[in-house]
Amino acid sequence: MEKHLLMGDEAIAQAAIDAGISGVYAYPGTPSTEITEYIQKSEEAKEKNIRSSWATNEKTAMEGALGMSYAGKRSMVCMKHVGLNVAADAFVNSAITGANGGLVVVVADDPSMHSSQNEQDSRFFGKFAMIPVLEPHHQQEAYDMVHYAFDLSEVLKTPVLLRITTRLAHSRAGVAPRLITREQNELRLPERLTQFVLLPSIARENYKTLIHNQEHFKKAALESGYNSYLKGNDKSLGIIATGIAYNYLQENYPNQEIPYPVLKIGQYPVPNEMLQEIYDECDELIVFEEGYPLIEEALRGSLNIGKKIKGRMDGTLAFDGELNPVKVGKALGFPEPEKRPVPDIVVPRPPALCAGCPHIDSYKAINEVIAKHYSKGRVFADIGCYTLGALPPYSAINTCVDMGASITMAKGAADAGLVPAIAVIGDSTFTHSGITGLIDAVNDGSNVTVFILDNDTTAMTGGQNSAAVGNRLEDIVRGVGVAEEHIRVIRPLKKFHEENIQVIEEELNYPGVSVIIPRRECIVVLDQRMRQKFKDKTQ
Amino acid sequence: MKKDIIISGVGGQGIVSMAAIIGTAALESGLNLKQSEVHGMSQRGGDVLSNLRYSDKPIASDLIPEGKADMIISIEPLEALRHLPRLSMEGWIITNTNPYNNIENYPDIEGIISEVRKIPNHILVDADTIAKDLNARRSTNVIILGAASEHLGFELAVLENAIIKLFEKKGSKVIDQNITAFYKGRELAHS
Ligand SMILES: Cc1ncc(C[n+]2csc(CCOP(=O)(O)OP(=O)(O)O)c2C)c(N)n1
Ligand code: SF4
Repeated sequence: MEKHLLMGDEAIAQAAIDAGISGVYAYPGTPSTEITEYIQKSEEAKEKNIRSSWATNEKTAMEGALGMSYAGKRSMVCMKHVGLNVAADAFVNSAITGANGGLVVVVADDPSMHSSQNEQDSRFFGKFAMIPVLEPHHQQEAYDMVHYAFDLSEVLKTPVLLRITTRLAHSRAGVAPRLITREQNELRLPERLTQFVLLPSIARENYKTLIHNQEHFKKAALESGYNSYLKGNDKSLGIIATGIAYNYLQENYPNQEIPYPVLKIGQYPVPNEMLQEIYDECDELIVFEEGYPLIEEALRGSLNIGKKIKGRMDGTLAFDGELNPVKVGKALGFPEPEKRPVPDIVVPRPPALCAGCPHIDSYKAINEVIAKHYSKGRVFADIGCYTLGALPPYSAINTCVDMGASITMAKGAADAGLVPAIAVIGDSTFTHSGITGLIDAVNDGSNVTVFILDNDTTAMTGGQNSAAVGNRLEDIVRGVGVAEEHIRVIRPLKKFHEENIQVIEEELNYPGVSVIIPRRECIVVLDQRMRQKFKDKTQ
Repeated sequence: MKKDIIISGVGGQGIVSMAAIIGTAALESGLNLKQSEVHGMSQRGGDVLSNLRYSDKPIASDLIPEGKADMIISIEPLEALRHLPRLSMEGWIITNTNPYNNIENYPDIEGIISEVRKIPNHILVDADTIAKDLNARRSTNVIILGAASEHLGFELAVLENAIIKLFEKKGSKVIDQNITAFYKGRELAHS
């Protein structure tokens, strides 16, 4: 069968198309973005009329996908791990409603925080919601699991979580797609029209069904083949490896069999009998999990009075950071390969705002006004390219916590007496989670000045369309009640620096809610647009 | 055959296309392949790297273990050194000598080059100057690929086809430029 070179993200996307989805719902976020981008660019998806435009945030995405499932069609929702926090209300409750059309939630975790604020492990969210979780170890398995996930979802009427991590998401390997693909579902309402009505009386019944289903979920995990027990003669140690940790284990035994029994995990909830078997058979266990110690903690229990369980909790492996072949090898007692150190001459090269970036001009102006009139420590920022303003030479911001927190934290600090407080938020982040906070500020008449940095795009994740840019931002701001005369649009360019300073001074002087919108296109996106234009012309 | 290659540089220097050319060559040769790269935050002018592995046997890990890479191919000299712990003691380091200077405290370039020279198996190419001479400024990465080509384990025709495939859509002029760049790099590795 012909193999295609696909990233994990792309394998998932192609599988979803082949499995007959009618829509993908997503908000960008590294390392999940390429799933949706692949579907957006796919000719096949276009022909099949699969809806794929970006959602405003992960919660609206999750709910959109749930609505499509209600209507009987297959839908997929994709996000990065912290996106699941935003979608959590919809996600956890979707476990109670259950699915109608197949519903698969793909969440990409980022251990080692290559591009994230934390390394939370979404398998815990799956366990919390009490739904099946799948964790592929390579690209082909990711492809196959998507098909399986839709089947499982429709047979057991449950949403299914597919959890991947950065290395699988962004690594390419040969993938053989299925030759026989599936048609989309017809419109078909739930058999019981109250299934999705979570009134307490109905929710209690649905919840009992979910509890009852746990046995089915475990049975599925026993039978699917994604969890397997590999025999080994040396019973002094038993190894449990989940997801891509299994690859790192294999890497340590090139061209040879692993001498110890191995329990390879790719599907949760893990059936007790599988854990029992390896526990009984071996003298001690070691657990390799890419993420938090989920299985390790369960095996060990609070009292830790059973057999020795090694892993992240006893220091055999560091608690934080992603695994790799050498970490796994060391834990198994292999010597570390000989290597050279990084020479002393090497200095870090951190990411930085591009030369010519509009955010630079905004920060220069904000910094100057603060230096002139106020003390430092009052700039509440958010997540996007502009977070790089935290680094020298700008050192312009004091917070970056979660999407939307700039406006609400500035408000809280202003309520506490830190006035004026300044919020800095990008256009995409503003529509994602900033609008509601701005309403709070307006309702309280808080003394905050909010900068909505409109660079016409979602730049940090690669230039996706934003939900609202340009005049629509002014419309929104006006609509939530910010006074017309305190909505100021400026051009973040050197030649307007003095003018901009004046506007900022005026608005910081105003003891209520002001919104300043520095508007200039991201230069990377501008460059791409120009090149495309040139190409179109010359063709 | 089995090769583990680290490709490094700065965001926007053409690492992805270099990896794509080698990856295509590996696939066309019927080998297994894994290629992982960094997306997102670090692409914004920070250091980037790609792990490229190909073998006639199945490949387990997407990441090359430290101390095990056969080769570091770097489009930037400082970035070649950053990943030195990944290189095996017998490995090759093949790098551009031209600094990409987007940080204030960029170290003395002579110091960097002399560190590279300490690795017994090294190839240094002034790829930017050659690219300029060839009037093919965007082909720096392909020149370095040419310099590394002897160690990749492929027939020349296979690599040439992979280059053609990558630049197919850009027309014959771009293809020719890159083929010339490739052979120039290969030639320089010997001088
Ligand atoms: C909940 C959540 N979803 C997604 C992300 C990933 N993410 C980080 S920044 C960003 C885009 C920011 O765009 P914008 O606010 O327009 O700023 P720009 O990068 O364009 O300056 C996204 C999607 C995240 N960190 N958290
Ligand atoms: S990508 Fe755009 S928004 Fe981000 S730093 Fe570069 S110019 Fe600024």
